[in-house]
Amino acid sequence: MAFPPYTGLGGKITHYSFLIFCAFVFLFLIAPILVIIPLSFNAEPYFTFTEGMMALDKEAYSVRWYKDIATNPQWIFSAKNSIFVATFSTLIATVLGTLAALGLSQSHMPYRPLVMGVLISPMIVPLIISAAGMFFFYSKIGLSQTMPGLILAHAVLGTPFVVITVTATLAGFDHSLTKAAQSLGAGTSRTFFKIQMPLILPGVVSGALFAFITSFDEVVVVFFLAGFEQRTIPRQMWAGIREQISPTILAVATILVCVSILLLTTVELLRRRNERLRGVSSS
Amino acid sequence: MFVLPLLAFVSVSFVLPIFDMLFRSVDNPVVSTYLPKTIEQLTLWKGKELPKEEVFETLARELLIAKKNRTIGKVAARLNFETSGMRSAINKTVRKIKKYKGNRYKQALIKFDKRWGETNTWETIKRIGDRYTGVQYLAALDLKMGPEGKIIPQPEDRQIYVKIFLRTLWISLVVTLTCLLLAFPVSYLLATLPLRISNILMVMVLLPFWTSLLVRTTSWIVLLQRNGVVNDIIVWLGIIDDGSRIQMVYNQTGTLVAMTQILLPFMILPLYSVMKTISPSYMKAARSLGASPLRAFVRVYVPQTVPGIGAGCLLVFILSIGYYITPALVGGQSGQLISNFIAYHMKSSLNWGLAAALGTILLFAVLSLYWLYNKIVGIDNMKLG
Repeated sequence: MAFPPYTGLGGKITHYSFLIFCAFVFLFLIAPILVIIPLSFNAEPYFTFTEGMMALDKEAYSVRWYKDIATNPQWIFSAKNSIFVATFSTLIATVLGTLAALGLSQSHMPYRPLVMGVLISPMIVPLIISAAGMFFFYSKIGLSQTMPGLILAHAVLGTPFVVITVTATLAGFDHSLTKAAQSLGAGTSRTFFKIQMPLILPGVVSGALFAFITSFDEVVVVFFLAGFEQRTIPRQMWAGIREQISPTILAVATILVCVSILLLTTVELLRRRNERLRGVSSS
Repeated sequence: MFVLPLLAFVSVSFVLPIFDMLFRSVDNPVVSTYLPKTIEQLTLWKGKELPKEEVFETLARELLIAKKNRTIGKVAARLNFETSGMRSAINKTVRKIKKYKGNRYKQALIKFDKRWGETNTWETIKRIGDRYTGVQYLAALDLKMGPEGKIIPQPEDRQIYVKIFLRTLWISLVVTLTCLLLAFPVSYLLATLPLRISNILMVMVLLPFWTSLLVRTTSWIVLLQRNGVVNDIIVWLGIIDDGSRIQMVYNQTGTLVAMTQILLPFMILPLYSVMKTISPSYMKAARSLGASPLRAFVRVYVPQTVPGIGAGCLLVFILSIGYYITPALVGGQSGQLISNFIAYHMKSSLNWGLAAALGTILLFAVLSLYWLYNKIVGIDNMKLG
């Protein structure tokens, strides 16, 4: 960054200390995530860099903790559960959330603030309260400690994200397009699939990814609502951290970081595509 | 109506459970269900001296019935929440009544356990015999019903929740202010840099945002523990010697550091989006009119960021007061927040009424803050990522 010619020494010092401060904050944000990646390749069962690792000795690194995950039936079991629950809850959340967002975008929607408040509430209420409420209620109707119960709970938690992202996409939607399609003779469903759907798809996919990661990461509701048969990866990690933290946890964490990088990239690309389509300069 | 399916779905599987919990905080079925006649007879009792012989007899019979139906455990547990020691008193009494052949129950019960000879015990039974009660809320605020229906504080050693509520508010406040302090310069930098560079730096904000909470909490344990990376660095730098490594996790410090890092993106994102809209020409105008850089910044730039500051602070504060996972894993004893006590009463002590009452108080705190957030920012304007 070039300084204007009138900048004095004081101005430069302020500016550089500002930059250093920012660098520290970025380090604070990202270091905890990055540090576990090399540590997960530690050959020793420690959580710190051994001398061998510092000297980049090949012997000091190993993939033993990754092998441990791949051969441990508990991790495989919980991974399957996680993917199963996240997939189905995302499906429910996306379909219902997209429909609701379409309804909300219509101008003659009555009680809009109230309806929006109810739809967003799963995101607002602290998780511990949602989990407690669901535990009482789902136990009463026999859904606790079952797969459908957990899927429904996660679907509810994911819907606000879908509603918000799709509503945001629809805010820039040109409604004359649907009118044009209808005046040319297309039915409601044809208009939806041929005109609206392709345009709001980026919003739907981002919303779905949010819903997916919400379910995939969620541990509090699982903690209350799921039995041993519904153990998910986060629940398994929780138990690992609570009981005895082993480097296997770090290997799992590293894999999860890779998953989040993948998701983040997808969402970012979709956001840029959406902005390009709508002709908004990316901001 | 496209909204209806989701509205119905959220109502049934989310809003209804929440109301169920609200109801549970005043619902008090145990004693009135399992000791109905005793409660009925106690309504006539004035509370000056011990109840009459017949009340003792009814209680003895109903305790035996409860024993037979295996509901005695629930009754004992409920009474024990009110006065510790009642569980053993009831179990002892039931064992002895079984063998008792006489018909002078008053004398016998007092002999079995001296608590039956105290009016306090009977007042407790009478009080929690109400089908609906606000007792759990009193307990949640470290209060209880004393003799003659007066509200008195809990004994010193049982006064915990007010302290925990205050601690939760305090930690949330510290986390919020720290986040603001760290986020403001960073958002300013992101908003003023050319887009090409700020997009790359933005990844450093968004990646933590997308990374699993458990992963981030785990890494803070790894970093901060006694043999962790941070201590290693401090020792290596020679600031402290190997023997005096600092315990930074499993206490309040751990909770504070980890929560700040986890919630920081929620502060940066709204601040950034507001700062992005502030035109640099205002600052230039102020400078050209003779304001010093500091004066221009404080008087011209900062006031324009207030909506972002408000949104970010409220969001971070709301998220912090309901925080559960991180304090539970890195908080140790001193870093536990109100959510952790709700979980404790749900999972371990099984005092669900109290858990529901604590949850209701927390819920109303959060909802009123959201109402404020909606007034200032508008829920519709909430942005994700």
